[in-house]
Amino acid sequence: MGILEVKGVNKRFGGLQALGDVNLSIKENTVHAIIGPNGAGKSTLLNCLVGKLIPDSGSVMFDGKSVLGRKPHEINQMGISRVFQTPEIFADLTVLENVMIPCFAKRDGAFRLHAFESVGQEGGILEQAEAILSDVNMLEKRNMHAGSLSRGDKRRLEMAMCLVQEPKLLLLDEPTAGMARADTNNTIDLLKEIKATRNITMAIIEHDMHVVFSLAERITVLAQGTPLVEETPENIKGHPKVREAYLGEAQV
Amino acid sequence: MFGLNAKDTRLLWIVIGLTMLAPFLLNPFPEGSELAQFNAGYPDLMQRFVIFGIFAIGFNILFGLTGYLSFGHAAFLGVGSYAAIWMMKLLTMNVIPAIIMSIVFAGLFSLIVGWISLRRSGIYFSILTLAFAQMSYALAYSVLTPITGGETGLQAKISDPRILDSNAGEFGRANLFGLHMNSSYELTIGRWEFTVNTGYYLAACVMLISFYMAIRIFRSPFGMMLRAIKSNQQRMNYTGLSTRPYTLAAFVISGMYAGLAGGLMVAMDTQVGPERMFWTASGEVVLMTILGGAGTLIGPVLGAGMIKYMENIISKINDSILHQWFSFLPDGLEDVIVAVVHPFIGKGWSLTLGLTFMAVVIFLPGGLVEGGQRLGRLFGRKSAESDKKTPPAE
Ligand SMILES: Nc1ncnc2c1ncn2[C@@H]1O[C@H](COP(=O)(O)OP(=O)(O)OP(=O)(O)O)[C@@H](O)[C@H]1O
Ligand SMILES: [Mg+2]
Repeated sequence: MGILEVKGVNKRFGGLQALGDVNLSIKENTVHAIIGPNGAGKSTLLNCLVGKLIPDSGSVMFDGKSVLGRKPHEINQMGISRVFQTPEIFADLTVLENVMIPCFAKRDGAFRLHAFESVGQEGGILEQAEAILSDVNMLEKRNMHAGSLSRGDKRRLEMAMCLVQEPKLLLLDEPTAGMARADTNNTIDLLKEIKATRNITMAIIEHDMHVVFSLAERITVLAQGTPLVEETPENIKGHPKVREAYLGEAQV
Repeated sequence: MFGLNAKDTRLLWIVIGLTMLAPFLLNPFPEGSELAQFNAGYPDLMQRFVIFGIFAIGFNILFGLTGYLSFGHAAFLGVGSYAAIWMMKLLTMNVIPAIIMSIVFAGLFSLIVGWISLRRSGIYFSILTLAFAQMSYALAYSVLTPITGGETGLQAKISDPRILDSNAGEFGRANLFGLHMNSSYELTIGRWEFTVNTGYYLAACVMLISFYMAIRIFRSPFGMMLRAIKSNQQRMNYTGLSTRPYTLAAFVISGMYAGLAGGLMVAMDTQVGPERMFWTASGEVVLMTILGGAGTLIGPVLGAGMIKYMENIISKINDSILHQWFSFLPDGLEDVIVAVVHPFIGKGWSLTLGLTFMAVVIFLPGGLVEGGQRLGRLFGRKSAESDKKTPPAE
């Protein structure tokens, strides 16, 4: 049994079958990559996991509990954090505030009326936030407005916001898209280190095969809403079905 | 100090200083001089400054932080006022129960309104709050006449039970343990006259407490969450935070501020009418907040002061005063100038206000506070340059 079990999930948008009978099992403490051509339904699948979309049929179990019918914030509190394909950050807040908010969410839960404490004097929160910022090399940008960051920095910030929650399952939707090569390599190193030091499961969607093969232990290939194969990186490269559906276009 | 950082402490001290000295600062022109009509240091107007300041400070906690634009906050002010007058009719002319109950009832009512209205955001939220306020106004005006006095409203009367007040002879004067709200001390220094009024100082102290609490809320994790909601609700949800209780809490807090303002109005002048809940009153607090600078600490107070000043001072200026001012000009030119200025004074004060508002929104989107900051930077740069010229002292 994996920490995440997706069974028979279907999702239609009007006439388009975005997900067709998706089965997926992600084992605890592994990095599982989901790859596939544009429009394959990868982001739609993640949307079904975090409560943004509700599948038409099928089941999604996380840690032995169903996530279907739960609100996004409840699913996050169960231990799933997500980095979006287009960065979702608090653009009007400072970088430091951006990472403090998930710290509060983790410590205090979905709501707490802490109206008379002072942000600066919250024991431990500031330290946690600064530690994660230094992990992603953004400590010197702590007082910048998040909205004024470069695209790559916005992604790293969003990743820091998710990592600081120490989720059980981290969902990454193209975490290195729009990053320079050097930043991509830094991100790979960061994710490797996170994986080595913490108990964390990751599902990563990525078009950059360098990232995929550097990190992934299992790879699922999705095409037209249906998983074609699930294999180890070594076996994926030469797999005939994958070539047919996907790798005809990309050089691997 | 007081759990605030150095900058906020300084701001608080400045506001304390200004409100405590207001009767003097607002009467800079000697009595009988031509400019005396610009004096704003009389009790009625000063009370309005601080009471509407409270209203706007509370409104800003909702609108400035979360971005939810309520068009119905006058309803909470009205509910606070009705609660206060009933305390004065039933219990005592002491203002304490009136003020406390105005906060409680406005809080309860805003809980209901917020609970329903916050199911929607953006324009739909605004319309829902507007609908609630207009409904409250209509109810107060007609159906609820037994409670609200309908069109004529409610006043404290001799015949009221007032079970806590023993000496019925001392009727009709709102007081704080015997200190009458409308008692004033006139101070004459040379040609200057100042009025030190009990009611104003009570309202000013309440305003300072409200202001202090608003600073604490702005700097708290709760305040940060509210700003985060304004910035990106989606990210809030996927970060494990439930946005509705946060917005509801902000809504109720701002409703309580509005109720407090309504209660103080009754404490200063013991009567209420339904027009206090009319939608224009809700719109006015929106104008105050935006004019002063939404989301800033001091902005709403400045905005409230500016609007009330215009409403009361510019509206008093009439043509004969203008003729006096411009009498040094040749006759023909004098008439032309008076004719040009005429639409902007007296009843035309709202035209002046409208134009000021437009100018601020277009040129200073951050409100008067942004204007102040720009001036500060202008002078700051100058003084920084002169600092550079002088060699370092050490
Ligand atoms: N909310 C929606 N409403 C209608 N159609 C949608 C919606 N979301 C996605 N789709 C469609 O579903 C299909 C799958 O989209 P999805 O975003 O999951 O693809 P993807 O695999 O993430 O692609 P990419 O690699 O480009 O991000 C696409 O054809 C898309 O247009
Ligand atoms: Mg996608």
